[in-house]
Amino acid sequence: MSKIIGHEDNLNAIRVLIKKHKKNDRIFSYIGLFVIGSLAIALLVLFLDLVIDGYPKMNLEFFSNFPSRKPEGAGILSAWVGSALVLIVTFFVAVPMGVASGIYLEEYAKKGWFADLIEINVANLAGVPSIIYGLLALGLFVYEFGLGQSILTAGLTLSLLMLPIVIVATREAIRAIPVHIREAAYAVGATKWQVTLHHVLQYAMGGVLTGIIIGMARAIGETAPVITIGALTFIAFLPPTPVTDVAPFINFAWLEAGFTVLPIQMFNWISRPEHAFHINAAATGAVIIILTLLMNGIAIKLRYSIRKKIKW
Amino acid sequence: MALLLNFVIVFVKKLNGNPRNKIIMARKEILKAESKNFNFHYADGTHALKDINIPLYEKKITALIGPSGCGKSTFLRSFNRMHDLYAGNKYDGEIILHPDDTNILDKKVDPIEVRMRISMVFQKPNPFPKSIYENVAYGLRVRGEHNKRLLDDKVEEALKGASLWNEVKDRLQDLAYNLSGGQQQRLCIARALATDPEIMLFDEPTSALDPIATVNIEELMSELKKKLTILIVTHNMQQAARISDYTAYMYLGEMIEFDETDIIFTKPSKKATEDYITGKFG
Repeated sequence: MSKIIGHEDNLNAIRVLIKKHKKNDRIFSYIGLFVIGSLAIALLVLFLDLVIDGYPKMNLEFFSNFPSRKPEGAGILSAWVGSALVLIVTFFVAVPMGVASGIYLEEYAKKGWFADLIEINVANLAGVPSIIYGLLALGLFVYEFGLGQSILTAGLTLSLLMLPIVIVATREAIRAIPVHIREAAYAVGATKWQVTLHHVLQYAMGGVLTGIIIGMARAIGETAPVITIGALTFIAFLPPTPVTDVAPFINFAWLEAGFTVLPIQMFNWISRPEHAFHINAAATGAVIIILTLLMNGIAIKLRYSIRKKIKW
Repeated sequence: MALLLNFVIVFVKKLNGNPRNKIIMARKEILKAESKNFNFHYADGTHALKDINIPLYEKKITALIGPSGCGKSTFLRSFNRMHDLYAGNKYDGEIILHPDDTNILDKKVDPIEVRMRISMVFQKPNPFPKSIYENVAYGLRVRGEHNKRLLDDKVEEALKGASLWNEVKDRLQDLAYNLSGGQQQRLCIARALATDPEIMLFDEPTSALDPIATVNIEELMSELKKKLTILIVTHNMQQAARISDYTAYMYLGEMIEFDETDIIFTKPSKKATEDYITGKFG
């Protein structure tokens, strides 16, 4: 009889214990939900506020008009074209350099103090305040190389910002490739370059693309470095078109043109006293946030669809 | 005449019946490769292999057995210079590949050349995340082969050689990951086979597979031995006894005993081998 009572006591003790532990589970999940919920709400409120404020300007004309002294007719044509052109330069500079650096560091560089030094530096570069890049670009690209306050300068500056993101993403993606896949390729007699080209690069593509898009999303919202190198705040013309109707159908004059970008246009309007300009600023802010979210969304989708095909 | 023939038959029977003669006959096998005073140090300084002398006979299966950490996989991976992929590893001594007497450990010999002659099948099936076809064709692509018809033929031949053709011939463009574990391992064998290697290395090829897939792979190896030389590492002593012609017992980085598999498993000359075989430790 006493044996059975002992058994029940034991069972009850276990149940009390489990209940207590489960309580901790619940408490943590509530805290987590609260934290992430308040973050999401903060972003949502910010975004909705911009959309509501800027709603009157959310029409096609806003995108096809130049900025103007009259707030009603002002648009962001020169700003979004400038942003797009700067991003094109950034993309074509930062992506090849970043991916190549990542591959070199992961696959080719001899492990040692020098590789460690580069690794620490790259990691630190990602944390450098963007205005520092602006100052570097002003001294180096604008004055030293004489590139002027142009789209090219801005693109190069933003690619400095984007490089560490692409390098780190590339390295992470390469490291995620299991050793046994690599060894399988080497075992049939592939050279390092063949392994890199046929395997490493292909399997790392999901992570690399994600890094590129996140880097671009960061670059599109950057203001400080672009102001530092002297982007124009008011601009009522477009750069020469990159594609022409005469041979060779491509034209690089736009690289040297003056420009403005979306965040600068927004900054400019905010600093005006008239309320009507603030509506324009809010609308521009909404556009920037939508672009950023869109790019992040594409990054997630890409990563997911590429990942799905690869199971180690 | 009949008398003479009878005499010859009796003589041959006698010769084969005597175990000592059998060894002598075995020694007359064609030597495909041999390790001579082979030593291996890992980058961290571990002396993983000590003075290993093991011959591989042509068109025979040689099995390496021994407890975990005895260096058998390290030895196997030296045969296609896998250790070169990681900095700081050091080979000493020789592994001679016949008939051209190349020392494959020689610094002057490109590891890629070695890997093109000696292919490998790994412990865990490791197909590339590509199609079945591309997996098998990869060894040829690496060699710069682009001729579609030749690739098709080679892929079919290799898949037949790995007895996988009938199961996959209608879905060569499917991802290799859609195959079962045993099929994936046979695909890896086909990949290793497609480049006509002289020696194939198997690093515990069935340890991740179920018993039926294991039987398939073992039968396949016995079939492959008709064409090429095989070196296999196995944890499974029954497997070594079933499929191999020669067996080397290794312990703590040393080769304790090498002999014909029958002899190793019935009357090993060393006490240590017998203890391992009979399961006294391991």
